[in-house]
Amino acid sequence: MIEVIDQERCTSCDICVNVCPTNVFDKTEGIPVVARQGDCQTCFLCELYCPEDALFVSPYADSAQRVDVAALKQGPLMGSYRRAVGWTDGSYHLRSADRSYRLFGH
Amino acid sequence: MTIRSGRAERLSSAAGSLSFDADVLVLGGGPAGTWASVSAAQHGARVVLADKGFCGTSGATAAAGTGVWYVDPDPHQREAAMATREKQGGYLQDRRWMARVLDRTYAQSNQLADWGYPYPTDENGKSQRNSLQGPEYMRLMRKRAKQAGVTILDHSPALELLVDESGAVAGAAGIQRQKKDRWTVRAKAVVIATGGCAFLSKTLGSNVLTGDGYLLAAEVGAELSSMEFSNPYAISPAFGSVTKTLFYGWASFSYQDGSRVPGAASKGGRSAIARALRQGPVYAQLDKADTDVQQSMRASQPNFFLPFDRTGIDPFTERFPVTLRLEGTVRGTGGLRIVDDSCATTVPGLYAAGDAATRELICGGFTGGGSHNAAWAMSSGYWAGQGAADYARQSGRAASRSASGAGTVALRKGSDRPFEPGVLARAVQDEVFPYELNYFREAGRLDQSLRRLNALWTAASRADIAAEQDLLRAREAAAMLATARWMYRSALARQESRGMHRREDFPELDDRFHHYVTAGGLDEVWTSTRPLAAAAYAEAAE
Repeated sequence: MIEVIDQERCTSCDICVNVCPTNVFDKTEGIPVVARQGDCQTCFLCELYCPEDALFVSPYADSAQRVDVAALKQGPLMGSYRRAVGWTDGSYHLRSADRSYRLFGH
Repeated sequence: MTIRSGRAERLSSAAGSLSFDADVLVLGGGPAGTWASVSAAQHGARVVLADKGFCGTSGATAAAGTGVWYVDPDPHQREAAMATREKQGGYLQDRRWMARVLDRTYAQSNQLADWGYPYPTDENGKSQRNSLQGPEYMRLMRKRAKQAGVTILDHSPALELLVDESGAVAGAAGIQRQKKDRWTVRAKAVVIATGGCAFLSKTLGSNVLTGDGYLLAAEVGAELSSMEFSNPYAISPAFGSVTKTLFYGWASFSYQDGSRVPGAASKGGRSAIARALRQGPVYAQLDKADTDVQQSMRASQPNFFLPFDRTGIDPFTERFPVTLRLEGTVRGTGGLRIVDDSCATTVPGLYAAGDAATRELICGGFTGGGSHNAAWAMSSGYWAGQGAADYARQSGRAASRSASGAGTVALRKGSDRPFEPGVLARAVQDEVFPYELNYFREAGRLDQSLRRLNALWTAASRADIAAEQDLLRAREAAAMLATARWMYRSALARQESRGMHRREDFPELDDRFHHYVTAGGLDEVWTSTRPLAAAAYAEAAE
């Protein structure tokens, strides 16, 4: 489930509020809040659409987890999905990296 | 052939609420809905697309990657593609429909390439088009819908359809959940593309898929078909949401003590996993994937690895606990019955596409997810959009017709007892999640479950109108309940095992059931049977 909106990185663009298919976030005067964490379906799409890598979705779908944000920001996980699918400037070539045809053929 | 059409017209209405006059209203913004909206616009219609969530991230495809039933137009390859799945599907497919879906999917996929979808190129320089990355695909489809002039309403679930005095569909009404307002779209035709029903099981991307369109359509008299084929379960890490069952083809499955689960496999052995899970935890390890396969997996489905990378598990060398999450009709084949090549339902002005429609015509009683369902979404979306646009062109101005709301449960005043959506949704889950009820079916257990579901329906339909902030949840729970009742009633009617439908009391295929099961009704659920098209033609020829 969504666990982190990093206060330092978030620019209050509200993209996550718009794109979340299950309407987990609410806009505020400042940065958005996770208003309905229990409705999160752990689809990772808010993270993918966040241009600042300010969001982190924990892989635990059924229970909230405590996350050490400072430690997280030191490691490779924040923004890892966005980089892997080629949605960052430096990873654009990965948009066509799909090798499903080798795994499954026709 | 693109006809530039006007946009849907925004009408003046009460402060804050949205009102549109359109030719075609599409409900649902996944693959089927976006293809339907683009197709309707290309065929001259003014189109509104309303999505419960966000068109571009909503639905089972956006969050995942999907295979596509894309086969080169070589007669031998096409023949093989149709033949391979006939046995698995229980011989309920229709060859004519399979052929036209293969043709249409080929055309739509090539259209995606022309639009700039970044298909990979293989080592021989050939563009490979039998797989799509969900986020990339759906981001492109949203863009193309907008470019076609479609008005997109995000976070705008439909609550009920509108009908005119003749019973023809005249639009829909719903809420704008981020604005705490209402919307109304008067339309000459409506396409239901709201997906299937996965009962809030958290199978990847599917919690928006609660069977809403089935309920909307049934309330105006539409019928469903093949609802007994509604019980696939997908493998995911026990703690996680990423259901990517195909990759578990490289897995071994074991009990807690490390010994192998006999017969367990992703394909053809999932029932052994279900039986083992009833006794205790089951573990998987993708130990059959060599280095080359591992690299291809990572490149092809980055999201499959998120649960592992974020918990420090190496799925190739370490065991991790797995579970099975119900996928219902999202990867079942049941859905709204369609009656002609334009994907019309039995109700004038109402069309169905994607997982909201039955996939029996190309899948029979089984799909492996992706592939055929993705092909069906593209094809049925294209046809339903065209059919709805053609129907709209032949009818008069929408705004001059009468239009009244057809919604029932949770929308009409009942007793003073409040509607409790959360309680109802959990009660439905208790009937459809357990393997002993839904995976391994048997007359006595199905009958008992159906009685409990019927009692829930009676109580829900007598409860009071749901509170404003609960309206969506209430309608979702009601749609799940209605879906479960069509499923189990249909499952009782098919006294054999065929496709994904397994009856413990009738474990064999039985030729007497080589037909489709139609279902319908809300207060009184009914089923009947229909012959396959091939059988109907043969009879007519005699």
